[in-house]
Amino acid sequence: MALPQTKLDATEARLAALTLPAGPAWLTELREAALGRVRAMGLPGRRDEYWKYTRPDTLVQAEPVPAAVFEADEAPVFSTIDALRIVFVDGVFDAEASDDLAAEGLKITRLADAPDIHWAKDLYGQLEVNGQTPVERPLAALNTAFATDGVLIRVTGEVSRPVNLSYYHKAEASDVVLHHVVKLEEGASLTLLENGPAAARFNKVLEVEIADNAKFNHVRAQGRDHERRAATHTFTRLGTESAFKSFTLTANGVMTRNECVIELTGDDAIAHVAGACMGDGDDFHHDDTVFITHDALNCESRQVFKKVLRNGATGVFQGKILVKEGAQKTDGYQISQSLLLDDDAQFLAKPELEIYADDVACSHGSTSGAIDEAALFYLKSRGVPTDKATDLLVLAFLAEAVEEIEAEELRDEIVGRLEGWLERRRG
Amino acid sequence: MLEIKNLQVKLEEEDKQIIKGLDLTVETGKVHAIMGPNGSGKSTLSYVLSGKDGYEVTGGEALLEGEEILEMEAEERAALGLFLAFQYPVEIPGVGNMTFLRTAVNAQRKARGEEEMSSAEFLKVVRAKAKTLKIDADMLKRPVNVGFSGGEKKRNEILQMAMLEPKMCILDETDSGLDVDAMKLVAEGVNALRNEGRSFLVITHYQRLLDHIKPDVVHIMADGKIVKTGGPELALEVEKNGYADILAEVA
Repeated sequence: MALPQTKLDATEARLAALTLPAGPAWLTELREAALGRVRAMGLPGRRDEYWKYTRPDTLVQAEPVPAAVFEADEAPVFSTIDALRIVFVDGVFDAEASDDLAAEGLKITRLADAPDIHWAKDLYGQLEVNGQTPVERPLAALNTAFATDGVLIRVTGEVSRPVNLSYYHKAEASDVVLHHVVKLEEGASLTLLENGPAAARFNKVLEVEIADNAKFNHVRAQGRDHERRAATHTFTRLGTESAFKSFTLTANGVMTRNECVIELTGDDAIAHVAGACMGDGDDFHHDDTVFITHDALNCESRQVFKKVLRNGATGVFQGKILVKEGAQKTDGYQISQSLLLDDDAQFLAKPELEIYADDVACSHGSTSGAIDEAALFYLKSRGVPTDKATDLLVLAFLAEAVEEIEAEELRDEIVGRLEGWLERRRG
Repeated sequence: MLEIKNLQVKLEEEDKQIIKGLDLTVETGKVHAIMGPNGSGKSTLSYVLSGKDGYEVTGGEALLEGEEILEMEAEERAALGLFLAFQYPVEIPGVGNMTFLRTAVNAQRKARGEEEMSSAEFLKVVRAKAKTLKIDADMLKRPVNVGFSGGEKKRNEILQMAMLEPKMCILDETDSGLDVDAMKLVAEGVNALRNEGRSFLVITHYQRLLDHIKPDVVHIMADGKIVKTGGPELALEVEKNGYADILAEVA
């Protein structure tokens, strides 16, 4: 079917501002194929069903909206965690600030340095392609075509310390496209940390292939620059008895769309994806879009998303669990909740279940509500001032999502940041 | 300590007068009890004094050590030394009991311009006080009142009271939902806090709590007013004859 003219024009306008980066033949071939996908799909427009609650305009338009650089009065998230650090400043790899790209059980290559022969040729863009059905994700295909850099990580064993991708935003009009591929071989495990705003506009894809018995932990803290925009996609495919656990913290950022696409293809695998979000102001917009496909026996998936919204902020959740025929004993859980701190904030949720197996347990729930007045009064009656009491209840509300972080050290880091940010807000 | 003069209160939502000209004075170091039938306005009185939303004071005043408190936020009243032990303590999932206690203690200290308690000092004090109330370490770690039995919730109220060391304690139906043993434990906790500088207002339906927390003065409240005041013997009279006789007598 031919694309509508407006969509065609918008897509071509965006493509005109980009050039395919040079690289080895295999990569160029994959980039050209992705470009073909972008042209066939067209970039997201306001009339697309999948973008009903989030206006894609600023994520799609040719030039990014400039974003003021936020002067954080604190060290970057995870900076106290012992990790192998890989630093990108406005999308440009910073060798000085980065550690050696080597560790036991781990091979890391930068996408920009990809050699003529590399394992990633069978994986780069592959999970993105799989994730294009049944719902199109054109911004991810755009990313595969035009990513200027990223890391290709192959994990062959247990890695003792996390890999930390640390993104800095220093130029007001930076427009960054990064694409990472992680391949965990049988029995391997890795913790990947991501932090920082990256750019005025950030398009990021993370593809994670998890082989049998392998385990991937992911904790992300998106940058606090008020005006930054981000469209991110995480694609993962899980083998037998493998595990994927991902948590994202978002505070500030004027526009965020985080998509997570999970395929459970091996029996007894586990996938958990969680998010805690704090939004303030009527231009704040945060969208979590999740699609989980159960295509194996006895797998467990869990989605826990919590948003605290105030002063006209908007939160969106689109979460789908698709249980394919034969995916018996599936255990799927999905909860999305918002705490609206005033009447102007809004939360839009679209939970979906589509089930073609007859022996499954799937549950979903979505709520939005105000602060619990009884609890607030109880705290105040004990002498806790209103704003401090509200913060305690906000942290309590986010706790279910934060508790999805497995490692205590990382959980404490996230909770500590949340407490600090709330406290400074009180002044 | 607490002086209430001609207090008049109505519900904000409905145009309904609940307290209709109530006078009450609780002297420093004394224990006063308020008894009364259902619907007499006892709980409303405790909420209005502690600063809960939803009530409109249409007349009168309430002074805590000479300061008018009815216009204050709940937390300001608490910092001045007012404490309400809730009839139904609120469950707060996600907030640890210890965090809650420490936050409350330090918030009050800060409001009074005192130094905050260090974690180590706090821990020491709270453990000692929890022990006398038979509150175990697990209860301290759990979220506030979540999964607590009725007795545990009430003991937790008394623990908060012991930690915050208020001057004026209001106990709203603290005996409700408690068996005899639990009530004794709670009463012991309260009695341990009785001293010359601290006053209590014990609100109850039944005389039995007053067997354990012996009041100096007993008031009977009906239809939003104090209708009779006497010594501890008044509570025994209620126990024996019910409220009907007293209400008929004052009508």
